[in-house]
Amino acid sequence: MLEIDLALANLGLDLLGQASFLLGYAGELEGAGRDADALAFHRDVMDFTNCLLVEQPNGDFARTIARQFLFSAWRAPLFEALAGSDDARLAAVAKKAVKETAYHLRFAREWVVRLGDGSEESRARMIAGLDWCWRFVDELFEDSAQLRPAFDAEVTRTLAEAGLAAPNTGRPVLGGRHGRHSEHLGHLLAEMQFLPRAYPEARW
Amino acid sequence: MTRADRVRALLSEVLDPEIPVVSVIDLGIVRQISADGREVAITPTYSGCPATAAIETAVRAALSAAGLGQTRLTIRLDPPWTTDWITEEGRAKLHAYGIAPPSPAARPSCPRCGSSDTVEVSAFGSTPCKALWRCLTCAEPFDRFKCH
Repeated sequence: MLEIDLALANLGLDLLGQASFLLGYAGELEGAGRDADALAFHRDVMDFTNCLLVEQPNGDFARTIARQFLFSAWRAPLFEALAGSDDARLAAVAKKAVKETAYHLRFAREWVVRLGDGSEESRARMIAGLDWCWRFVDELFEDSAQLRPAFDAEVTRTLAEAGLAAPNTGRPVLGGRHGRHSEHLGHLLAEMQFLPRAYPEARW
Repeated sequence: MTRADRVRALLSEVLDPEIPVVSVIDLGIVRQISADGREVAITPTYSGCPATAAIETAVRAALSAAGLGQTRLTIRLDPPWTTDWITEEGRAKLHAYGIAPPSPAARPSCPRCGSSDTVEVSAFGSTPCKALWRCLTCAEPFDRFKCH
């Protein structure tokens, strides 16, 4: 329990750090004087273009693992590609993130296998978690179809090792990249943005 | 002593807030001190390392306390930091502190009893830079600085 708690917290820290670098750079490119905090804390739902997968509410541990696995399996080839970008700043952030994402993917992959190839209960939950998250997968490749083969290879390999069949594919859900979100993002932002909105001059 | 030497000497006293036995010089995160000692470039260890901001503040404080407050501090992301940049002295300090220094070896030797009969408990430890290991000889848990 403690190890998983630490792992997920560490992983969250890496993601926060990556987001902070990327948002900071986006703010500079925008040139409107907004920094990473301004972009994170002072934008409303429709201004966010995150993928829908990451704004879904937590379910059980298997769903958390499914989400992390699918997310990292997409981010790994994404950062690898960005590490070769002509934009030196973006490439620098990506090079750092490549190493971190490799850890995340390894962690999630090991748990998919452990749960999928575990007890009847853990296996049923892993299948349910993957099925539940799968509708958000196509959106990840909306603007980056070239990353799909690497993702598919990772998923196929890991599911085979876990003794699981490919997830049930329902109708994909899209929209996050265009600011059309599920109801859950608003709730997340309300919690995340409360402090700087209530106390605009707060410093921490 | 030149200004650059003074800056280096000061920075070798600025300790990592989470592993307060190694300095920012030991960790290899001070990438450059310009020849005139007026510019210092620092590379963060991990994107989300909460110590990065604290380190920046500590470096500024140390420089200004010594009357070198006019030094320009820049954060350099490229090339990304790697544990290969930790100095020999830094590795020795980590080991003495009970943290197995980063190494490409599959298994680190226990920093307490020296046994190489060790096993990984979790790839994620008490800070982003460490993994949790256990010694099967002396049965004690220990941190291993991740090869990164």
